[in-house]
Amino acid sequence: MTATADVATFLTERFPLVAGRPSLDYPAFNAPAAQVLEVLRGLRDEAGYDLLADVTAIDWSAAKSPRFTVVWHLFSTVGHQYVRLAADCADDAHPSMPSATGLWPGANWHEREAYDMFGLTFAGHPDLRRILMWDGYPYFPLRKDFPLAGLDTALPDLAVADETGVSVKPAPYMGGPFVAAPGSTIEAGEPRAKDQSWSEGQEKPKET
Amino acid sequence: MVSPSTEIAYNSKIEGDVVVSRLDAVINWIRTNSMWPMPMGLACCAIELMAVAAARFDIARFGAEVMRFSPRQADCMIVAGTVTYKMAPQVRRIYDQMPAPKWVIAMGACASTGGMYRSYAVLQGVDRIVPVDVYISGCPPRPEALLDALILLQAKVRREPAARRLFRA
Ligand code: SF4
Repeated sequence: MTATADVATFLTERFPLVAGRPSLDYPAFNAPAAQVLEVLRGLRDEAGYDLLADVTAIDWSAAKSPRFTVVWHLFSTVGHQYVRLAADCADDAHPSMPSATGLWPGANWHEREAYDMFGLTFAGHPDLRRILMWDGYPYFPLRKDFPLAGLDTALPDLAVADETGVSVKPAPYMGGPFVAAPGSTIEAGEPRAKDQSWSEGQEKPKET
Repeated sequence: MVSPSTEIAYNSKIEGDVVVSRLDAVINWIRTNSMWPMPMGLACCAIELMAVAAARFDIARFGAEVMRFSPRQADCMIVAGTVTYKMAPQVRRIYDQMPAPKWVIAMGACASTGGMYRSYAVLQGVDRIVPVDVYISGCPPRPEALLDALILLQAKVRREPAARRLFRA
């Protein structure tokens, strides 16, 4: 195993298609989707990044192409360093990425979560089911076009839905989401400083 | 004990062993003082629920210390925590499996209204799927607030026409 500090030179020598990626913290790299498993294997076996810390994804919104980027965070338990690898999904409508479950069994649930939240399929995943939302949930909640409040759909258990007459409804926002805006005084940043008196009964006034 | 005597009039031999009361009062007295909770601990509020059961707050003083993890043995479901849509049908099923009479306490902001989770995943108030008797405000409520809710619920049960319901059912 080589030292982890020269991960940039290692990657550019070993995989010429891998390019640096702007990052504020750890070394980060972009890889082409077709080569991503090789790069991950190289990082694991040759550069000492033996722990898969996270697999997640980014939705850059429907207007952008490529729309989805998958991100892997690796940690070296020898060099005590992280590295970040990202790869764009080629297809925007049916995004797909090779599964890393063959390299790290722990990728299994991470990839199920990314599938659940973004609708990304991982080719070669042994058991790609939803992990947080229930089976049969029709949406992918972390996509940019999905509203935080949610969308109408049926309860997971139809017998209970029949009996109670309850379905999944968008959450009432009552002027929210109540997040303070950074970078100003507390008074101006507080949600109550904005005009958020609108609610379900009283529509949000149209901006003119 | 029931005496074999069929005598209706005053009997000095059993004086002191007989208490005359209303059936309602007796049934409600039994119900209020042995209200076995079904701890529906779904999130952080469940920690306060545990504190209530522990020595410092000691829910046993109010006869509700017997946490039953089987709904068949429980009287009062304490929904302590965030009810997600994924969990909601199970909460309802457990409620359905509890034998009547049964009561529900919605503990905390989440169980009462969805709390701070205004999101696609969270049921906005457990009263959408089960009838709630007492709501507790707070995030999380103090253990005293849960005791207060229990006392309120006991007061409510004491007013119920239990005997009439018993014979009608
Ligand atoms: S009300 Fe607060 S403490 Fe209770 S479950 Fe919700 S977030 Fe947790």
